Amino acid sequence: MKKETYMLKINNLHVQLEEEDKQILKGVNLEVEPGKVHAIMGPNGSGKSTLSYVLAGRPGYEVTEGTAHLGDVDLLDIEPEERAAAGLFLAFQYPVEIPGVGNMTFLRTAVNAQRKARGEVEMSAAEFLKVIREKAKTLKIDADMLKRPVNVGFSGGEKKRNEILQMAMLEPKMCILDETDSGLDVDAMKLVSEGVNALRDEGRGFLVITHYQRLLDHIKPDVVHIMADGRIIKTGGPELALEVENNGYADILSEVV
Amino acid sequence: MAVKKQINTAETEARIDTLDLPQDGWSAASRADALTRLRAMGMPGRRDEYWKFTRPDALVQVSAPVAEVFDNDDAPLMDGQPCLRAVFVDGVFDADASDDLALEGIEISRLADTSADIHWAQSLHGTLETAGQTPVARPLAALVTAFATDGLLIRVTGNPSKPVNVIYNRTSDDADVMLHHVVKLEQGASLTLLESGPAAARLGTVMEVDVADNAAFHHVRTQGRDHQRLAATHVFGRLGTESTFKSFTLTANGKLTRNECVLELTGDDAVAHVAGACVGDGDFHHDDTVFVTHDAVNCESRQVFKKVLRNGATGVFQGKILVKAGAQKTDGYQISQSLLLDGDSQFLAKPELEIYADDVACSHGSTSGAIDEEALFYLRSRGVPEEAATNLLTLAFLAEAVQEIENEDLRADIETRMSGWLERHRS
Repeated sequence: MKKETYMLKINNLHVQLEEEDKQILKGVNLEVEPGKVHAIMGPNGSGKSTLSYVLAGRPGYEVTEGTAHLGDVDLLDIEPEERAAAGLFLAFQYPVEIPGVGNMTFLRTAVNAQRKARGEVEMSAAEFLKVIREKAKTLKIDADMLKRPVNVGFSGGEKKRNEILQMAMLEPKMCILDETDSGLDVDAMKLVSEGVNALRDEGRGFLVITHYQRLLDHIKPDVVHIMADGRIIKTGGPELALEVENNGYADILSEVV
Repeated sequence: MAVKKQINTAETEARIDTLDLPQDGWSAASRADALTRLRAMGMPGRRDEYWKFTRPDALVQVSAPVAEVFDNDDAPLMDGQPCLRAVFVDGVFDADASDDLALEGIEISRLADTSADIHWAQSLHGTLETAGQTPVARPLAALVTAFATDGLLIRVTGNPSKPVNVIYNRTSDDADVMLHHVVKLEQGASLTLLESGPAAARLGTVMEVDVADNAAFHHVRTQGRDHQRLAATHVFGRLGTESTFKSFTLTANGKLTRNECVLELTGDDAVAHVAGACVGDGDFHHDDTVFVTHDAVNCESRQVFKKVLRNGATGVFQGKILVKAGAQKTDGYQISQSLLLDGDSQFLAKPELEIYADDVACSHGSTSGAIDEEALFYLRSRGVPEEAATNLLTLAFLAEAVQEIENEDLRADIETRMSGWLERHRS
């Protein structure tokens, strides 16, 4: 399989809110190659989370211009579940609690729904159990957390670990992590980062959205982008993240204007 | 201010005229009393406060509206598992289709068998129904007590090894059926009673359950998918000291269903749970009317009702907890919730608490909501298609009511049925 098959290509993406006439993304251009980790940093309100939601297909946004492809799949043309089956995964900043749906049931439904959509053989209950137990163990997710309703009563750290477990089970081609470090203490961040690093693979791309440099100490990016006011205004190597950490965004913002 | 109720004498007499009051046997006196009660109350009318949300017309009118026999493909509850099966066809007990009704710890006879001299039933028949007429009149229950042609008389003296499984079948488009079951659990006895299947075009039932001290009664029923049918059911329970009463009903479809449950906790430390889950589509009207009276110390009662409604379906909940003076340490809980899958459906709820004791914990809540869009997107973003995700969230919504079923196998049976129904709805 060629590496470029699962390249994420975003071209001149313009997005506004459906309910109000407010432009949030104003022409985002971005390419994430398989095997690479790209980070997006930026001040509050720059459009980072919007970018991740729009790619995943969350309702409430209107794309007014531009394109987004995962390989040759036109993401903006298909439903959220089809995007997932095509290999896109969004680790939520605020994972949703779903009372009444067991974590395990949810994950098995998801894994098999994706397999079915891709015309693959569905996982048997026994096989699924074996795999999930193994992966849960490395993320220090105990049997109780697997049985409990999805994210209900989970601590902030547990929720984020649960996101990474889902990512590990679904084996996506393109992973978007939306402020996965928010609400995590140092130990939890380390655990989550280890989970992410274990999934790094030459066929899999990552887009890591974060406010802070510290996550990038654990998940080493290949490329760092700075986003402001709905655009990517600067792109560089890991040193760009350090620059932000030391000097804040003000210098970079003033450079561009 | 007391308003004198206008009695629908004409409607009441018209209905009575078409029915035969059995004159023989042990139940004759009790039936005559019931008829007197009925005449004094009159049939329910649209102006009755207790029928504010549900139009009783079709239940009251002289003959049952035709309801085509439904090609039922739902298996009875606990199909293939050890049960004592009692089958009714168009409201008549079918001995050939049923198991031999002999089982250790339990005596079962038929209401239709007037030749027997059944003392225990004679002293119970109509008693709990009568008690349940105060403070709210339930004329349709008195109608059944007077005129029911068949039903089971179950006396439980021990702990029978398997559930009694009442299965209703229907062959006629206009079967107008009244059934009266009388159940008596002696001290320390236990019984699981199941009911399922399409019973009639129009069904009226009364089940009186006397649960003696330390006895336990578990009741699970499904009201099937024959959409044209009408049903007005009544469960009357009386609970002794440290006794348990748990009843769960799953309803899918049905143009008109009114399920009344009237419980009186008369012994200390008794536990009563009533729960219901229903899934309604289109011209569906489902009414749960529950009245729980605490008349003893340290009792617990729970009412948990969940309704999924769409395409203009209507759900009704009228639930009351009455705590009498002296019923201290009462723990009462009541929740009724609806999931409205579209803007056309409606849920009408009337939760009531009436408390005369000063050391009690009673809570009630009622909500209506749509599918949680955040949860829906979360599921879809993981690859679960919209319909499957909606079903998953719908089942999750109903889960709290289903959790009230204690027996795991029965709970699994109900869960499988629910997901099957939801999938069929969407196909």
